Amino acid sequence: MNAVRKEAVIIGGGPAGLAAAVRLYRKGITDIVVIEREDTPGGILRQCIHDGFGLTRFGEALSGPEYAQRFIDEAEELGIPYLTGTSVISVSPDKQVTTVSRSGLAVWQAKAVVLAMGCRERTRGALAIPGERPAGVFTAGVAQAYINLYNAMVGKEVVILGSGDIGMIMARRMTLEGAHVKAVFEIQPYPSGLPRNIQQCLNDYEIPLFLSHTVTEIHGRSRLTGVTVSQVDENRKPIPGTEQYHACDTLILSVGLIPENELTLDMGAKLDEHTHGAVVDECLQTNVAGVFAAGNALHVHDLVDFVSMEAEQLADSVAEYLKNGELPACLIKTQAGSGVNHVIPQRISGIRDIRLSLRVSKPYQNCQIYVMQNGSAIKTVKVRKAAPAEMIQIPLSKDLLKTQGDLEVCVQC
Amino acid sequence: MKERYDVLIIGGGVVGSAVAREMARYQLKIGVLEKELDVCYETSGRNSAVLHGGFAYDPGTKKAECCVEGCLEFDAVAKELDVPFKRTGKVLVGNTGEDLASLKRTLETGRINGSRGLEIIGEKRLHELVPAVIGNFALYSPNSGILDPFQYTIALAENAKKNGVDYYFDHEVTGIRRLPDQAYELSTAQGSFLTRWVVNSAGLGCGKISEMLGIPGYRIDGSKGDYIVLDKRVGPLLPMPVYPVPSNTYMGIHVTPTVDGNVTVGPNAEYVDDFTYYGVPQKSMDYLAQSASTLWPHIRTSDYIRNYSGILPKWLDENGVVQDFVIEARDEAPHTINLVGIESPGLTGALPIARRAVRLMAERETLYPNASFNPRREGIIRFSEQNDERKAQLIRENPDYGELVCRCERVTKAELLQAVHNPLGVHTMAGIKYRTRSMMGRCQGGYCQMRVARMICEETGCDIRDVLYARAGSSLFTGRVRE
Repeated sequence: MNAVRKEAVIIGGGPAGLAAAVRLYRKGITDIVVIEREDTPGGILRQCIHDGFGLTRFGEALSGPEYAQRFIDEAEELGIPYLTGTSVISVSPDKQVTTVSRSGLAVWQAKAVVLAMGCRERTRGALAIPGERPAGVFTAGVAQAYINLYNAMVGKEVVILGSGDIGMIMARRMTLEGAHVKAVFEIQPYPSGLPRNIQQCLNDYEIPLFLSHTVTEIHGRSRLTGVTVSQVDENRKPIPGTEQYHACDTLILSVGLIPENELTLDMGAKLDEHTHGAVVDECLQTNVAGVFAAGNALHVHDLVDFVSMEAEQLADSVAEYLKNGELPACLIKTQAGSGVNHVIPQRISGIRDIRLSLRVSKPYQNCQIYVMQNGSAIKTVKVRKAAPAEMIQIPLSKDLLKTQGDLEVCVQC
Repeated sequence: MKERYDVLIIGGGVVGSAVAREMARYQLKIGVLEKELDVCYETSGRNSAVLHGGFAYDPGTKKAECCVEGCLEFDAVAKELDVPFKRTGKVLVGNTGEDLASLKRTLETGRINGSRGLEIIGEKRLHELVPAVIGNFALYSPNSGILDPFQYTIALAENAKKNGVDYYFDHEVTGIRRLPDQAYELSTAQGSFLTRWVVNSAGLGCGKISEMLGIPGYRIDGSKGDYIVLDKRVGPLLPMPVYPVPSNTYMGIHVTPTVDGNVTVGPNAEYVDDFTYYGVPQKSMDYLAQSASTLWPHIRTSDYIRNYSGILPKWLDENGVVQDFVIEARDEAPHTINLVGIESPGLTGALPIARRAVRLMAERETLYPNASFNPRREGIIRFSEQNDERKAQLIRENPDYGELVCRCERVTKAELLQAVHNPLGVHTMAGIKYRTRSMMGRCQGGYCQMRVARMICEETGCDIRDVLYARAGSSLFTGRVRE
C-alpha cells in the first residue's frame, strides 16, 4: 500500500491534538493531518457540559464544548485537515501510521508523530472491588457520556466512590437530573479532586464526602441493590467492624485516570511507571526520535488549559525538529524525590529554559519544593498548599542549570 | 393446540446445546428451555476454558472417556464450528519427591485413559516450554489446549438452531408432569410445553430437574471457584496453562492463557449452597494471587482487569465423595435422558456426552437421519485478526468494518451489528460482549459500551429501559434524561 507522506500526523482531535495542530499550522507547518476516531473533534470535552474551562488559557469560563469549539473554529478557519471517524490501528517505530475508516485502510508516512490520545478511566476490575457484578456500576466518565451525549439516565439512588473531579461533577449533574446522591467515599485521607469542585459540586448540594472510606462489597444479582462501605486504616486496608450497608441502585467510580498508550507501547516507546505516559525529554519527545506526546496521553492534567498549553509547547518542538532534523541531546535525568509522585519531562539538556510539571504524593501545607542538582538546591519554591489533585509547574531558567548532573525534585516542610 | 416436541432439553449450556446439536442430526422436533437470557451465563461460561487431556480422572469413568474423546477430536470440532482453539499443551509443575511420585501416578492414569503424549520433563525442558515458570520438573501434556467457552457454547447453540432447534430464553422449568398419553408437560412462567422426550442438562439445576422427572436422591453440591483476569500485557509470558500437582478431586489453582491473549488465575474451590451468587471476595483474590505466584511470578495487581467466578455442579455420595458423570435413561422415568453432575471436564466432554445421550435415545426408538443437517457453523469474522490486505478488502466489501467501536479489542461496527442480530436472538450487553470481545479489554467498555447500548436500542427497536446487562432485571438505565 502506498503511504501518504506528511510532515506531522497528530493522533487525537481532542484539546491536545487540536492545540498542537493549530500552533504547528501557524508556524508554517501546514502539511499535517489530525486523526480523530469520533465523528466530531473535541475529544472528552464534548461530554463536559459544565463550565469552568478556559480560565487560564482564555481568561473566561467556558463549557467543555465551547472550549473545544474555539480550537475547532480556528482549525477550520486555517483549513487544517482533520479526519473524523478514523482510528489509528498501529504506529511503527519509523513513523508509519496505519488508520482505518469507512473509506478504507490508509498508511501515512510521517516525519513527526504527535501522540495526543488522552486518557481512560480506571475500572472496577482494575481496583478489584469485591462482590457481585450487577448492572448499575459505572465509571464517572461513562455515566457522564450516557447522560450528556446519549440521553440515558443511569440511576436514581447513587453512591460515588472516589473524589476525583469527574465523580464530583457527576454528583452535581445527577442531582440536577433528579437523582439522590447519598454520599461520596474516598479511600485517601484527603480529597483527590480540586477544592473548587468540592465546594461547587458537593457542599452546595449537601452531598457528604467521607474520607478514608471505601466500598468493600458490591451487592446485587441483576441491578445493583447496595454497597458495603468500610473505613480504612492508614495503609488503606479496610478496618473490620466498620462495615456499613448503603442501599443504592447506582455506583459511580471516580478512581483515577490512566494515560492511553497502547499505540505508544506497540511502537516501542518507553513508559513512565508513575505517569503511565511516555518518558519524554524537555521537547516532549519520546525515546523514539520524532515521536512526541502531550496532554493526558502524557500525564493526567488537572485543567484542560494546561493540556492546550503543553500541546502548544510540543508544537514548537515539532517545528524545530522538522526544521533541524534533530533536537538537543537530553542526557540529564529528572527524578521524583521524597514527597513527589512524578516529574515531567524525565530528561533535559541543561542548555535551555524548561518547565517542570509535577504532582506531590500527599497534601502539604507551608512547604518548600526544592529542585536539586549535584546535591545542591538550584531552585526553591515556597508553597502555602500543595495537594496531589493539583499539577505544579516550575519554570527553570537555563542559567540555573548545569550541563551535567541529574535533577531531583523533593518537598520539605 | 400447543406445539408438541419430540425432545425438550432443559438447560442450554455447553452440554444442552451439544445435545441439541447432536440430536438435530435426526428427524426430531427439538426445543431448548434455558432459564437465563443466553447460553453461557453460568457454568459453561465460568471456568478455566481449558481443553483437558484426560489424565486426571479414574480409568473407566465417563469423565475419563468423554474427556479423552473430546480432547482428541477438538481440532476438527473447532474447525467445523469456526471457534478459536489452541492446542497449547499444558504442564503440571512439581518440586518434591512426593510431587514426582504423584505426577507419575497421574501419568499412568492418563496412559490407561488413552491420553496421548504425556511425559515427565525435567527443569531444562520445562523452562524451554514456559520460561517464566517456577518448578523443578513437570508432567507435560502436549495435547491439552485452550478454547473460548463463550464462543464454543454459542457456536453449538447456533448450529443447533440453524438445524431447526428452537431456543427459548428466560424459560425456567418449574414443574414436570407426565400426561395420560405418555407425553411430558413442562411448565414455565411463560406457559407450558409438551414433549415426548425430556433431556435434563440443567447444570446446577440438574438435581432439581432429576427429582421433577421422578429420579430423586442425587445430592448436588456447588463447588465455587473464583478467578482473576490479567491484562494482555502479560499474555506473552505464559504460552500454556501451568498447574500445580493435582489432588484427587481438585486441579488446584493454576494460571491459564486465554485464546485472546489474557491470563486467568484460579480457581479456589469452596462448597456453596447458593447457586446464584457469583461474587468474588477480597480474601479469594488475595489467596489466588499468592498461591499462583508460587507457579508463575508475573501476577501483579496493576495488571488486574476483572474477576469472575463459576460454580461446578458436583454429584456427591453420602460420604461426600465426588462421583462420576451420570448419563442415564432410567425405566422409572421413561423417555428421559438424565445428565447429572456434569462438572469439569464437561466443557471438553460436551460432544461425547451428547453422543452418549443420543445413543441412549437410539436404543429406545428408531432415529431417522436428518438429510439436511449441516454440521458447519460460521462465526463473525474478526477484523483485528486479519492482515492489512484482508482488512482493506473487508472495508471495501462492507464499510462498517472500517468503524472501530471497541478500541482495546479492536472490534468494528460490522462485527457488532452481526452480534446484535445473532442467530439466537440474544440482545444483552453480555451477549454482545461474548460474541465480539467488545467491552472485554482493559478499559472494560469505558469507550465502547455507550455505542453498544445505542446499537441494541436502534437495531432491535427496544425501549432504553429494556437494555439489559446480563440477567433478567439487569437494566442499564432508568429511562431517558429528557423524553
